[in-house]
Amino acid sequence: MSARGLILALALLASPVLAQDYAEVSLPDARAEAQAVALMDSIRCVVCQGQPISGSNADLAGDMRRLIRERIAAGESPEQVRSFLIGRYGDWVSFKPEVKPITAPLWLVPLLALLGGGALVARRLQRRKA
Amino acid sequence: MNRKLLLWLPFGLCALLFVVFFAGLKHPDDHVIASQMVGKPLPEFTAGPAMPGQPGTASSDFKDGKPRLLNIFASWCVPCVQEIPMLIRLKAAGAEIDSIAVHDTTADLTKFLSQNGNPYTRIGLDEGGKAQIAFGSAGVPETFVVDGKGTILYQHIGVVTEEDMPKLLAMLEQAK
Repeated sequence: MSARGLILALALLASPVLAQDYAEVSLPDARAEAQAVALMDSIRCVVCQGQPISGSNADLAGDMRRLIRERIAAGESPEQVRSFLIGRYGDWVSFKPEVKPITAPLWLVPLLALLGGGALVARRLQRRKA
Repeated sequence: MNRKLLLWLPFGLCALLFVVFFAGLKHPDDHVIASQMVGKPLPEFTAGPAMPGQPGTASSDFKDGKPRLLNIFASWCVPCVQEIPMLIRLKAAGAEIDSIAVHDTTADLTKFLSQNGNPYTRIGLDEGGKAQIAFGSAGVPETFVVDGKGTILYQHIGVVTEEDMPKLLAMLEQAK
């Protein structure tokens, strides 16, 4: 268990409310909570698929929020939790586009368009000068 | 001439994009989320007994050499009612069916099973959706085929119908 996890466990033991449901309750550590919320905003609810789990009322979305908060409180990084979820549900569950061969066009097309546009403008400027 | 065509190109591309977007609006994406766990060993999970007198379900139960079906269901799930008669027939044909009930309670399950029948050997109550997420299951009902070593062979998403029965039985037979 990491130091943060240990501190959280101790904090939980000391707090009057022992059982916190992290589906709806924030983590006591503000930094961890911010990380968790940022991740929730970029994980797709697999029930109501247009929504991130942070804004979904589906039970399964609540379960995923709880899982994210618990894992982050236990010291996992947001990207580790994201890859756990992708390992279960596939890339579709993450709103963050991954860089890999099949998604290469996503990243390359804007670059090519910029280059092409630049070339067009350069040609026109040259012609004007001449 | 060529130059004129070139000038129309951006307009044409935009028009094409509009057609694609419009078609997308008319046919909202109904994406089936398949589990990425197919072909992999069962994830570690323990779902405690949901019903008195019937064992719960855990990953350790799936390594005894016997292939089985793992049905993910819930008493509040309407299509699950439709599926139970098929599961009862699968059981009669020799399939062992273990299950995990998600977001459920013993009281609701008691009512559901007494009304519809109980084809299950084991019923585990999934606590906090942990087992469901571990399986990469996105909804109910879903049925996994698991071989005797605990490897997930197949995921059936949605209701098991009459047409699905031969396939499921053949997979169980093959996995023996």
